[in-house]
Amino acid sequence: MTSRWTGLLLASPLALILALFLIVPIGTIIVVSFFDYDSVRIIPDFIWTNYDELLFSPITWKTYLQTVQFAAITWAICLFIGFTVAYFLAFHVASPMMQTVLFLVCTIPFWTSNVIRMISWIPFLGRNGLLNQALLGIGAIDQPLEFLLFSNFAVVLAYVHLYALFMVVPIFNSMVRIDRSLVEAARDAGASEWQVLRSVIIPLARPGIAIGSILVVAVVMGDFVTVRLMSGGQSASVGLMMVNAMSLLQYPAAAANAVVLLIVVLLMIAAMLRVVDIRKEL
Amino acid sequence: MRGERSRAFWPLAIFFGLFVLFLYGPTITIVVLSFQGPEGGLTFPMRGFSTRWFENLFETQMVGDFGGSFIRSLTLGLIVTIVTVIVSFMAGLAFRRRFPGSTALFYLAVASLIVPSVLVSLGIGLMFRMAGIDAAWWSSGLGAHLTWTLPFGLLIMFAVFNRFSPAYEEAARDLGATPWQTIRHVVVPILLPSLIGVGLFGFTLSYDEFARSLYTAGTFNTLPLEIYGMTTNVTTPVIFALGTVTTGVSFLVIGAALGGMMLLRRRRRG
Repeated sequence: MTSRWTGLLLASPLALILALFLIVPIGTIIVVSFFDYDSVRIIPDFIWTNYDELLFSPITWKTYLQTVQFAAITWAICLFIGFTVAYFLAFHVASPMMQTVLFLVCTIPFWTSNVIRMISWIPFLGRNGLLNQALLGIGAIDQPLEFLLFSNFAVVLAYVHLYALFMVVPIFNSMVRIDRSLVEAARDAGASEWQVLRSVIIPLARPGIAIGSILVVAVVMGDFVTVRLMSGGQSASVGLMMVNAMSLLQYPAAAANAVVLLIVVLLMIAAMLRVVDIRKEL
Repeated sequence: MRGERSRAFWPLAIFFGLFVLFLYGPTITIVVLSFQGPEGGLTFPMRGFSTRWFENLFETQMVGDFGGSFIRSLTLGLIVTIVTVIVSFMAGLAFRRRFPGSTALFYLAVASLIVPSVLVSLGIGLMFRMAGIDAAWWSSGLGAHLTWTLPFGLLIMFAVFNRFSPAYEEAARDLGATPWQTIRHVVVPILLPSLIGVGLFGFTLSYDEFARSLYTAGTFNTLPLEIYGMTTNVTTPVIFALGTVTTGVSFLVIGAALGGMMLLRRRRRG
Protein backbone atom coordinates (compact mmCIF):
# COMPACT_ATOMS: atom_id res chain seq x y z
CA MET A 1 0.00 0.00 0.00
CA THR A 2 1.52 3.30 -1.00
CA SER A 3 1.56 6.24 1.39
CA ARG A 4 -0.75 8.17 -0.94
CA TRP A 5 -3.52 5.69 -0.31
CA THR A 6 -2.76 5.39 3.40
CA GLY A 7 -3.27 9.14 3.61
CA LEU A 8 -6.57 8.94 1.81
CA LEU A 9 -7.71 6.12 4.07
CA LEU A 10 -6.73 7.99 7.24
CA ALA A 11 -8.51 11.14 6.08
CA SER A 12 -11.64 9.31 4.92
CA PRO A 13 -13.59 9.49 8.22
CA LEU A 14 -13.18 13.28 8.23
CA ALA A 15 -14.13 13.48 4.57
CA LEU A 16 -17.20 11.28 5.07
CA ILE A 17 -18.48 13.20 8.08
CA LEU A 18 -18.04 16.56 6.35
CA ALA A 19 -19.62 15.26 3.16
CA LEU A 20 -22.65 13.90 4.99
CA PHE A 21 -23.17 16.75 7.48
CA LEU A 22 -21.92 19.75 5.53
CA ILE A 23 -22.06 19.21 1.77
CA VAL A 24 -25.32 17.24 1.59
CA PRO A 25 -27.15 19.63 3.99
CA ILE A 26 -26.04 22.67 2.00
CA GLY A 27 -27.15 20.88 -1.15
CA THR A 28 -30.49 20.22 0.52
CA ILE A 29 -30.84 23.90 1.40
CA ILE A 30 -30.17 24.87 -2.21
CA VAL A 31 -32.74 22.35 -3.50
CA VAL A 32 -35.39 23.34 -0.95
CA SER A 33 -34.88 27.03 -1.70
CA PHE A 34 -36.58 26.38 -5.06
CA PHE A 35 -39.52 24.50 -3.54
CA ASP A 36 -43.00 25.87 -3.17
CA TYR A 37 -44.89 25.86 0.12
CA ASP A 38 -48.21 26.61 1.71
CA SER A 39 -49.16 26.95 5.36
CA VAL A 40 -48.87 23.25 6.15
CA ARG A 41 -46.34 21.61 3.84
CA ILE A 42 -43.51 22.08 1.36
CA ILE A 43 -44.12 21.16 -2.26
CA PRO A 44 -41.25 19.96 -4.49
CA ASP A 45 -41.02 22.35 -7.43
CA PHE A 46 -38.62 24.62 -9.26
CA ILE A 47 -39.68 28.21 -8.74
CA TRP A 48 -37.84 31.48 -8.19
CA THR A 49 -40.61 32.94 -6.03
CA ASN A 50 -38.71 32.51 -2.77
CA TYR A 51 -35.80 34.51 -4.12
CA ASP A 52 -38.10 37.09 -5.70
CA GLU A 53 -39.93 37.66 -2.45
CA LEU A 54 -36.69 37.83 -0.52
CA LEU A 55 -34.70 40.11 -2.79
CA PHE A 56 -37.51 42.53 -3.58
CA SER A 57 -38.47 43.07 0.04
CA PRO A 58 -37.08 46.23 1.62
CA ILE A 59 -37.04 44.40 4.98
CA THR A 60 -34.44 41.99 3.60
CA TRP A 61 -32.16 44.80 2.54
CA LYS A 62 -32.58 46.60 5.84
CA THR A 63 -31.82 43.43 7.75
CA TYR A 64 -28.73 42.64 5.69
CA LEU A 65 -27.52 46.19 6.16
CA GLN A 66 -28.08 45.97 9.89
CA THR A 67 -26.22 42.64 10.07
CA VAL A 68 -23.27 43.94 8.05
CA GLN A 69 -23.21 46.98 10.32
CA PHE A 70 -23.07 44.76 13.42
CA ALA A 71 -20.27 42.76 11.80
CA ALA A 72 -18.28 45.87 10.87
CA ILE A 73 -18.51 47.51 14.30
CA THR A 74 -17.77 44.25 16.12
CA TRP A 75 -14.84 43.59 13.79
CA ALA A 76 -13.28 47.00 14.42
CA ILE A 77 -13.58 46.74 18.21
CA CYS A 78 -12.40 43.12 18.30
CA LEU A 79 -9.44 44.01 16.10
CA PHE A 80 -8.38 46.81 18.41
CA ILE A 81 -8.78 44.73 21.58
CA GLY A 82 -7.41 41.54 20.04
CA PHE A 83 -4.35 43.24 18.63
CA THR A 84 -3.56 45.10 21.84
CA VAL A 85 -3.97 42.03 24.03
CA ALA A 86 -1.94 39.82 21.68
CA TYR A 87 0.77 42.47 21.40
CA PHE A 88 1.01 42.73 25.18
CA LEU A 89 1.19 38.94 25.58
CA ALA A 90 3.67 38.36 22.78
CA PHE A 91 6.04 41.30 23.27
CA HIS A 92 5.70 42.58 26.81
CA VAL A 93 5.30 39.44 28.91
CA ALA A 94 8.81 38.10 29.17
CA SER A 95 8.48 34.67 30.78
CA PRO A 96 7.02 31.93 28.56
CA MET A 97 5.35 30.38 31.61
CA MET A 98 3.54 33.64 32.39
CA GLN A 99 2.65 33.98 28.70
CA THR A 100 0.98 30.55 28.71
CA VAL A 101 -0.90 31.28 31.92
CA LEU A 102 -2.23 34.65 30.73
CA PHE A 103 -3.10 33.18 27.33
CA LEU A 104 -5.13 30.47 29.06
CA VAL A 105 -6.86 33.08 31.20
CA CYS A 106 -8.06 34.67 27.95
CA THR A 107 -9.05 31.32 26.43
CA ILE A 108 -11.02 29.69 29.25
CA PRO A 109 -14.25 31.72 28.77
CA PHE A 110 -14.36 30.43 25.18
CA TRP A 111 -14.95 26.96 26.63
CA THR A 112 -18.02 28.01 28.61
CA SER A 113 -21.59 28.54 27.48
CA ASN A 114 -22.31 31.50 25.19
CA VAL A 115 -25.94 31.73 26.25
CA ILE A 116 -24.94 31.92 29.90
CA ARG A 117 -22.29 34.52 29.13
CA MET A 118 -24.95 36.65 27.46
CA ILE A 119 -27.41 36.26 30.32
CA SER A 120 -24.70 37.26 32.75
CA TRP A 121 -24.85 40.82 31.40
CA ILE A 122 -28.40 41.28 32.71
CA PRO A 123 -27.50 42.10 36.34
CA PHE A 124 -24.82 44.40 35.02
CA LEU A 125 -26.61 46.39 32.36
CA GLY A 126 -30.26 46.29 33.44
CA ARG A 127 -32.30 49.25 34.57
CA ASN A 128 -31.40 48.47 38.17
CA GLY A 129 -28.09 46.93 37.16
CA LEU A 130 -24.67 47.51 38.64
CA LEU A 131 -23.63 50.04 36.05
CA ASN A 132 -26.70 52.24 36.51
CA GLN A 133 -26.41 51.97 40.28
CA ALA A 134 -22.78 53.00 40.13
CA LEU A 135 -23.42 55.91 37.77
CA LEU A 136 -26.33 57.09 39.89
CA GLY A 137 -24.20 56.68 42.98
CA ILE A 138 -21.43 58.95 41.78
CA GLY A 139 -23.99 61.39 40.43
CA ALA A 140 -22.96 61.09 36.79
CA ILE A 141 -26.59 60.57 35.79
CA ASP A 142 -29.87 61.19 37.59
CA GLN A 143 -32.01 58.75 35.59
CA PRO A 144 -31.06 55.13 34.92
CA LEU A 145 -29.77 54.69 31.38
CA GLU A 146 -32.26 52.65 29.38
CA PHE A 147 -30.13 51.91 26.35
CA LEU A 148 -27.68 49.62 28.15
CA LEU A 149 -29.69 46.42 27.96
CA PHE A 150 -31.96 45.29 25.13
CA SER A 151 -30.43 47.56 22.53
CA ASN A 152 -27.93 47.52 19.68
CA PHE A 153 -25.35 48.63 22.21
CA ALA A 154 -25.95 45.46 24.24
CA VAL A 155 -25.76 43.32 21.09
CA VAL A 156 -22.36 44.69 20.07
CA LEU A 157 -21.10 44.47 23.64
CA ALA A 158 -22.06 40.79 23.78
CA TYR A 159 -20.45 40.10 20.39
CA VAL A 160 -17.20 41.65 21.54
CA HIS A 161 -17.42 39.78 24.82
CA LEU A 162 -17.97 36.46 23.06
CA TYR A 163 -15.73 36.79 20.04
CA ALA A 164 -12.77 39.05 20.91
CA LEU A 165 -10.92 35.81 21.58
CA PHE A 166 -11.26 34.80 17.92
CA MET A 167 -9.03 37.79 17.21
CA VAL A 168 -6.60 37.38 20.13
CA VAL A 169 -5.60 33.79 19.37
CA PRO A 170 -4.60 34.01 15.68
CA ILE A 171 -2.88 37.39 16.11
CA PHE A 172 -0.95 36.11 19.13
CA ASN A 173 -0.05 33.02 17.13
CA SER A 174 1.35 35.18 14.30
CA MET A 175 3.20 37.45 16.71
CA VAL A 176 5.04 34.77 18.68
CA ARG A 177 6.47 33.51 15.41
CA ILE A 178 7.99 36.88 14.53
CA ASP A 179 11.78 36.62 14.69
CA ARG A 180 12.87 38.77 17.65
CA SER A 181 16.08 39.77 15.85
CA LEU A 182 13.96 41.73 13.35
CA VAL A 183 12.59 43.82 16.20
CA GLU A 184 16.07 44.25 17.66
CA ALA A 185 17.46 45.27 14.29
CA ALA A 186 14.76 47.87 13.82
CA ARG A 187 15.42 49.24 17.29
CA ASP A 188 19.19 49.32 16.71
CA ALA A 189 18.56 51.24 13.52
CA GLY A 190 16.85 53.87 15.64
CA ALA A 191 13.19 53.01 15.26
CA SER A 192 10.88 54.09 18.06
CA GLU A 193 8.54 51.58 19.70
CA TRP A 194 5.71 52.98 17.58
CA GLN A 195 7.73 52.65 14.36
CA VAL A 196 8.66 49.05 15.21
CA LEU A 197 4.97 48.34 15.71
CA ARG A 198 3.94 49.96 12.44
CA SER A 199 6.70 48.81 10.13
CA VAL A 200 7.68 45.42 11.54
CA ILE A 201 5.07 43.88 13.78
CA ILE A 202 1.81 44.85 12.04
CA PRO A 203 2.91 43.67 8.58
CA LEU A 204 4.18 40.36 9.99
CA ALA A 205 1.03 39.85 12.08
CA ARG A 206 -1.16 40.29 9.01
CA PRO A 207 -2.00 36.58 8.57
CA GLY A 208 -3.28 36.41 12.15
CA ILE A 209 -5.28 39.58 11.66
CA ALA A 210 -6.84 38.13 8.52
CA ILE A 211 -7.77 34.82 10.14
CA GLY A 212 -9.22 36.57 13.18
CA SER A 213 -11.19 38.93 10.96
CA ILE A 214 -12.64 36.06 8.95
CA LEU A 215 -13.75 34.21 12.09
CA VAL A 216 -15.32 37.27 13.71
CA VAL A 217 -17.14 38.38 10.55
CA ALA A 218 -18.38 34.84 9.86
CA VAL A 219 -19.83 34.28 13.34
CA VAL A 220 -21.48 37.70 13.55
CA MET A 221 -22.99 37.43 10.06
CA GLY A 222 -24.65 34.11 10.96
CA ASP A 223 -25.73 34.99 14.47
CA PHE A 224 -29.29 35.07 15.72
CA VAL A 225 -29.07 34.10 19.39
CA THR A 226 -27.18 37.18 20.54
CA VAL A 227 -29.39 39.55 18.58
CA ARG A 228 -32.53 37.98 19.96
CA LEU A 229 -31.39 37.83 23.57
CA MET A 230 -29.50 41.10 23.84
CA SER A 231 -31.76 43.33 21.76
CA GLY A 232 -34.88 42.02 23.48
CA GLY A 233 -36.52 41.60 20.10
CA GLN A 234 -35.88 45.18 19.01
CA SER A 235 -33.19 44.40 16.46
CA ALA A 236 -32.98 42.05 13.54
CA SER A 237 -30.33 39.97 11.87
CA VAL A 238 -30.31 37.73 8.83
CA GLY A 239 -30.02 34.65 11.04
CA LEU A 240 -33.00 35.77 13.09
CA MET A 241 -34.99 36.35 9.92
CA MET A 242 -34.29 32.74 8.89
CA VAL A 243 -35.20 31.37 12.31
CA ASN A 244 -38.46 33.32 12.26
CA ALA A 245 -39.32 31.93 8.82
CA MET A 246 -38.56 28.44 10.13
CA SER A 247 -40.86 28.88 13.10
CA LEU A 248 -43.66 29.77 10.64
CA LEU A 249 -42.79 26.53 8.78
CA GLN A 250 -41.75 28.55 5.72
CA TYR A 251 -38.80 26.25 5.07
CA PRO A 252 -38.23 27.22 1.42
CA ALA A 253 -38.19 30.92 2.32
CA ALA A 254 -35.66 30.26 5.08
CA ALA A 255 -33.61 28.13 2.67
CA ALA A 256 -33.50 30.88 0.04
CA ASN A 257 -32.36 33.33 2.68
CA ALA A 258 -29.72 30.83 3.80
CA VAL A 259 -28.37 30.55 0.26
CA VAL A 260 -28.14 34.34 -0.08
CA LEU A 261 -26.48 34.62 3.34
CA LEU A 262 -23.95 31.94 2.42
CA ILE A 263 -23.08 33.77 -0.82
CA VAL A 264 -22.70 37.09 1.02
CA VAL A 265 -20.47 35.55 3.72
CA LEU A 266 -18.32 33.73 1.15
CA LEU A 267 -17.91 36.94 -0.89
CA MET A 268 -16.85 38.84 2.22
CA ILE A 269 -14.33 36.14 3.09
CA ALA A 270 -13.03 35.92 -0.45
CA ALA A 271 -12.37 39.65 -0.29
CA MET A 272 -10.45 39.21 2.95
CA LEU A 273 -8.51 36.23 1.58
CA ARG A 274 -7.13 38.40 -1.19
CA VAL A 275 -5.02 39.92 1.56
CA VAL A 276 -3.48 36.66 2.69
CA ASP A 277 -3.16 32.97 1.78
CA ILE A 278 -4.09 31.13 4.98
CA ARG A 279 -2.92 27.73 3.77
CA LYS A 280 0.65 29.04 3.69
CA GLU A 281 0.39 30.33 7.22
CA LEU A 282 -0.62 27.15 9.04
CA MET B 1 14.75 40.15 25.39
CA ARG B 2 15.15 43.57 26.87
CA GLY B 3 16.35 43.89 30.40
CA GLU B 4 13.82 46.35 31.73
CA ARG B 5 10.20 47.03 30.96
CA SER B 6 9.42 49.51 28.26
CA ARG B 7 7.27 52.57 28.86
CA ALA B 8 4.38 50.87 27.11
CA PHE B 9 4.31 48.00 29.62
CA TRP B 10 2.04 49.45 32.28
CA PRO B 11 -0.61 50.96 29.98
CA LEU B 12 -0.76 47.64 28.12
CA ALA B 13 -0.87 45.66 31.35
CA ILE B 14 -3.77 47.78 32.58
CA PHE B 15 -5.56 47.30 29.27
CA PHE B 16 -5.04 43.56 29.60
CA GLY B 17 -6.32 43.60 33.18
CA LEU B 18 -9.47 45.43 32.10
CA PHE B 19 -9.97 42.93 29.29
CA VAL B 20 -9.78 40.04 31.77
CA LEU B 21 -12.23 41.83 34.06
CA PHE B 22 -14.54 42.31 31.07
CA LEU B 23 -14.27 38.58 30.28
CA TYR B 24 -14.89 37.28 33.79
CA GLY B 25 -16.80 40.07 35.55
CA PRO B 26 -20.31 39.18 34.34
CA THR B 27 -19.83 35.48 35.08
CA ILE B 28 -18.66 36.23 38.60
CA THR B 29 -21.71 38.48 39.04
CA ILE B 30 -24.17 35.71 38.20
CA VAL B 31 -22.36 33.21 40.40
CA VAL B 32 -22.82 35.62 43.32
CA LEU B 33 -26.44 36.34 42.39
CA SER B 34 -27.31 32.65 42.12
CA PHE B 35 -27.03 32.54 45.93
CA GLN B 36 -29.66 35.28 46.14
CA GLY B 37 -32.08 34.99 49.05
CA PRO B 38 -35.63 33.69 48.47
CA GLU B 39 -37.00 37.24 48.09
CA GLY B 40 -34.23 38.42 45.80
CA GLY B 41 -34.49 39.28 42.14
CA LEU B 42 -32.34 39.24 39.01
CA THR B 43 -30.21 42.22 40.06
CA PHE B 44 -28.38 43.48 43.09
CA PRO B 45 -28.85 44.08 45.98
CA MET B 46 -28.57 40.61 47.50
CA ARG B 47 -31.56 39.99 49.75
CA GLY B 48 -30.03 37.47 52.05
CA PHE B 49 -28.25 34.30 51.11
CA SER B 50 -29.71 30.94 50.15
CA THR B 51 -29.26 27.86 48.01
CA ARG B 52 -32.94 27.92 47.21
CA TRP B 53 -32.44 28.52 43.48
CA PHE B 54 -30.16 25.52 43.19
CA GLU B 55 -32.78 23.37 44.91
CA ASN B 56 -35.35 24.81 42.56
CA LEU B 57 -33.27 23.59 39.65
CA PHE B 58 -33.87 19.97 40.55
CA GLU B 59 -37.63 20.31 40.88
CA THR B 60 -38.56 19.41 37.32
CA GLN B 61 -41.87 21.22 37.19
CA MET B 62 -40.15 24.56 37.81
CA VAL B 63 -37.75 24.71 34.94
CA GLY B 64 -38.59 22.00 32.47
CA ASP B 65 -36.36 19.01 32.05
CA PHE B 66 -33.05 20.12 33.51
CA GLY B 67 -31.86 16.68 34.62
CA GLY B 68 -32.62 14.93 31.34
CA SER B 69 -31.15 17.64 29.14
CA PHE B 70 -28.07 17.77 31.35
CA ILE B 71 -27.46 14.03 30.93
CA ARG B 72 -28.09 14.23 27.18
CA SER B 73 -25.59 17.07 26.81
CA LEU B 74 -22.95 15.24 28.85
CA THR B 75 -23.43 12.04 26.82
CA LEU B 76 -23.37 13.87 23.52
CA GLY B 77 -20.30 15.83 24.61
CA LEU B 78 -18.53 12.59 25.47
CA ILE B 79 -19.35 10.97 22.12
CA VAL B 80 -18.29 14.11 20.26
CA THR B 81 -15.03 14.16 22.23
CA ILE B 82 -14.14 10.58 21.35
CA VAL B 83 -15.01 10.93 17.66
CA THR B 84 -13.25 14.31 17.40
CA VAL B 85 -10.01 13.03 18.94
CA ILE B 86 -9.85 9.88 16.80
CA VAL B 87 -10.93 11.43 13.50
CA SER B 88 -8.76 14.57 13.88
CA PHE B 89 -5.75 12.48 14.85
CA MET B 90 -6.16 10.22 11.82
CA ALA B 91 -6.65 13.21 9.53
CA GLY B 92 -3.66 14.94 11.12
CA LEU B 93 -1.51 11.91 10.28
CA ALA B 94 -2.86 11.91 6.74
CA PHE B 95 -2.21 15.61 6.13
CA ARG B 96 1.52 15.24 6.77
CA ARG B 97 1.79 14.21 3.14
CA ARG B 98 -0.24 15.16 0.13
CA PHE B 99 -2.92 12.66 -0.83
CA PRO B 100 -5.57 12.70 -3.55
CA GLY B 101 -8.04 15.41 -2.58
CA SER B 102 -6.01 16.79 0.33
CA THR B 103 -6.38 20.41 -0.77
CA ALA B 104 -10.10 20.05 -1.31
CA LEU B 105 -10.54 18.40 2.10
CA PHE B 106 -8.56 21.16 3.76
CA TYR B 107 -10.80 23.82 2.27
CA LEU B 108 -13.86 21.79 3.18
CA ALA B 109 -12.74 21.72 6.82
CA VAL B 110 -12.11 25.48 6.80
CA ALA B 111 -15.52 25.99 5.19
CA SER B 112 -17.07 23.97 7.99
CA LEU B 113 -15.69 26.52 10.43
CA ILE B 114 -16.90 29.50 8.45
CA VAL B 115 -20.36 28.48 7.24
CA PRO B 116 -22.77 30.05 9.76
CA SER B 117 -23.90 27.57 12.43
CA VAL B 118 -27.57 28.30 11.85
CA LEU B 119 -27.12 27.27 8.23
CA VAL B 120 -25.57 23.93 9.14
CA SER B 121 -28.37 23.38 11.63
CA LEU B 122 -31.06 24.26 9.13
CA GLY B 123 -29.44 22.14 6.40
CA ILE B 124 -29.12 19.02 8.53
CA GLY B 125 -32.66 19.51 9.86
CA LEU B 126 -34.03 19.78 6.30
CA MET B 127 -31.95 16.82 5.13
CA PHE B 128 -33.41 14.57 7.83
CA ARG B 129 -36.91 15.84 7.12
CA MET B 130 -36.55 15.15 3.38
CA ALA B 131 -35.16 11.70 4.08
CA GLY B 132 -38.11 11.03 6.38
CA ILE B 133 -35.88 10.31 9.38
CA ASP B 134 -36.64 11.87 12.74
CA ALA B 135 -33.91 14.19 13.96
CA ALA B 136 -32.35 13.17 17.28
CA TRP B 137 -29.54 14.53 19.39
CA TRP B 138 -27.47 11.38 18.95
CA SER B 139 -27.75 11.27 15.15
CA SER B 140 -28.37 14.63 13.44
CA GLY B 141 -27.25 16.48 16.56
CA LEU B 142 -24.00 14.53 16.71
CA GLY B 143 -23.28 15.24 13.04
CA ALA B 144 -24.01 18.95 13.48
CA HIS B 145 -21.63 19.21 16.43
CA LEU B 146 -18.88 17.34 14.59
CA THR B 147 -18.93 19.88 11.75
CA TRP B 148 -17.89 22.43 14.39
CA THR B 149 -15.43 20.41 16.52
CA LEU B 150 -13.57 18.54 13.76
CA PRO B 151 -12.12 21.64 12.04
CA PHE B 152 -10.80 22.85 15.41
CA GLY B 153 -9.33 19.40 16.04
CA LEU B 154 -7.74 19.33 12.61
CA LEU B 155 -6.18 22.79 12.97
CA ILE B 156 -4.74 21.80 16.36
CA MET B 157 -3.32 18.61 14.83
CA PHE B 158 -1.70 20.71 12.07
CA ALA B 159 0.02 22.85 14.65
CA VAL B 160 1.08 19.77 16.62
CA PHE B 161 2.48 17.81 13.68
CA ASN B 162 4.37 20.89 12.48
CA ARG B 163 6.47 20.61 15.60
CA PHE B 164 6.63 16.81 15.72
CA SER B 165 9.95 15.37 14.63
CA PRO B 166 9.68 12.36 12.30
CA ALA B 167 12.92 11.07 13.86
CA TYR B 168 10.97 9.22 16.57
CA GLU B 169 9.00 7.28 14.02
CA GLU B 170 12.10 6.52 11.96
CA ALA B 171 13.83 5.21 15.08
CA ALA B 172 10.84 3.00 15.86
CA ARG B 173 10.78 1.72 12.31
CA ASP B 174 14.52 1.00 12.40
CA LEU B 175 13.94 -1.05 15.52
CA GLY B 176 11.44 -3.14 13.59
CA ALA B 177 8.13 -1.65 14.77
CA THR B 178 5.14 -2.08 12.48
CA PRO B 179 3.30 1.13 11.46
CA TRP B 180 0.57 0.30 13.97
CA GLN B 181 3.11 -0.29 16.76
CA THR B 182 4.83 3.00 15.89
CA ILE B 183 1.54 4.88 16.25
CA ARG B 184 0.43 3.00 19.34
CA HIS B 185 3.70 3.08 21.31
CA VAL B 186 5.51 6.14 19.94
CA VAL B 187 3.29 8.77 18.31
CA VAL B 188 0.24 8.58 20.59
CA PRO B 189 2.18 8.71 23.88
CA ILE B 190 4.23 11.68 22.68
CA LEU B 191 1.18 13.57 21.44
CA LEU B 192 -1.11 12.62 24.32
CA PRO B 193 -1.19 16.12 25.90
CA SER B 194 -2.25 17.62 22.56
CA LEU B 195 -4.86 14.92 22.07
CA ILE B 196 -6.30 15.84 25.46
CA GLY B 197 -6.40 19.42 24.19
CA VAL B 198 -8.37 18.32 21.12
CA GLY B 199 -10.72 16.43 23.41
CA LEU B 200 -11.21 19.54 25.53
CA PHE B 201 -12.31 21.48 22.45
CA GLY B 202 -14.57 18.62 21.41
CA PHE B 203 -16.34 18.38 24.73
CA THR B 204 -16.73 22.04 25.61
CA LEU B 205 -17.82 23.15 22.14
CA SER B 206 -20.42 20.41 21.98
CA TYR B 207 -21.63 20.81 25.56
CA ASP B 208 -22.33 24.51 24.99
CA GLU B 209 -23.51 24.43 21.39
CA PHE B 210 -26.84 26.10 20.79
CA ALA B 211 -27.32 27.12 17.15
CA ARG B 212 -26.19 23.80 15.67
CA SER B 213 -28.51 21.92 18.02
CA LEU B 214 -31.58 24.01 17.27
CA TYR B 215 -32.94 22.04 14.31
CA THR B 216 -30.99 18.86 14.88
CA ALA B 217 -31.73 17.85 18.47
CA GLY B 218 -35.18 16.42 17.69
CA THR B 219 -37.76 15.84 20.40
CA PHE B 220 -35.48 15.99 23.40
CA ASN B 221 -33.60 19.17 24.27
CA THR B 222 -29.93 19.40 25.01
CA LEU B 223 -28.93 21.65 27.90
CA PRO B 224 -28.20 24.86 25.93
CA LEU B 225 -31.62 24.58 24.25
CA GLU B 226 -33.19 24.18 27.68
CA ILE B 227 -31.32 27.21 29.02
CA TYR B 228 -32.32 29.27 26.02
CA GLY B 229 -35.96 28.31 26.55
CA MET B 230 -35.65 29.46 30.14
CA THR B 231 -34.34 32.89 29.17
CA THR B 232 -37.70 33.76 27.67
CA ASN B 233 -39.97 32.61 30.48
CA VAL B 234 -38.01 32.49 33.72
CA THR B 235 -37.61 35.68 35.70
CA THR B 236 -36.07 34.36 38.92
CA PRO B 237 -32.44 33.77 39.86
CA VAL B 238 -32.95 30.08 39.10
CA ILE B 239 -31.51 30.85 35.69
CA PHE B 240 -28.35 32.17 37.34
CA ALA B 241 -28.18 28.97 39.41
CA LEU B 242 -28.33 27.02 36.16
CA GLY B 243 -25.62 29.25 34.72
CA THR B 244 -23.46 28.65 37.78
CA VAL B 245 -23.92 24.87 37.53
CA THR B 246 -23.12 24.61 33.81
CA THR B 247 -20.20 26.99 34.06
CA GLY B 248 -18.99 24.91 37.02
CA VAL B 249 -19.16 21.76 34.88
CA SER B 250 -17.21 23.52 32.11
CA PHE B 251 -14.55 24.63 34.59
CA LEU B 252 -14.27 21.10 36.00
CA VAL B 253 -13.70 19.70 32.52
CA ILE B 254 -11.23 22.46 31.62
CA GLY B 255 -9.41 21.99 34.92
CA ALA B 256 -9.22 18.22 34.50
CA ALA B 257 -7.94 18.53 30.91
CA LEU B 258 -5.34 21.20 31.69
CA GLY B 259 -4.29 19.34 34.83
CA GLY B 260 -3.90 16.12 32.86
CA MET B 261 -1.82 17.88 30.21
CA MET B 262 0.46 19.43 32.82
CA LEU B 263 0.88 16.16 34.67
CA LEU B 264 1.90 14.37 31.46
CA ARG B 265 4.39 17.10 30.57
CA ARG B 266 5.91 17.08 34.04
CA ARG B 267 6.20 13.29 34.15
CA ARG B 268 7.96 13.33 30.79
CA ARG B 269 10.51 15.87 31.95
CA GLY B 270 11.11 14.14 35.30
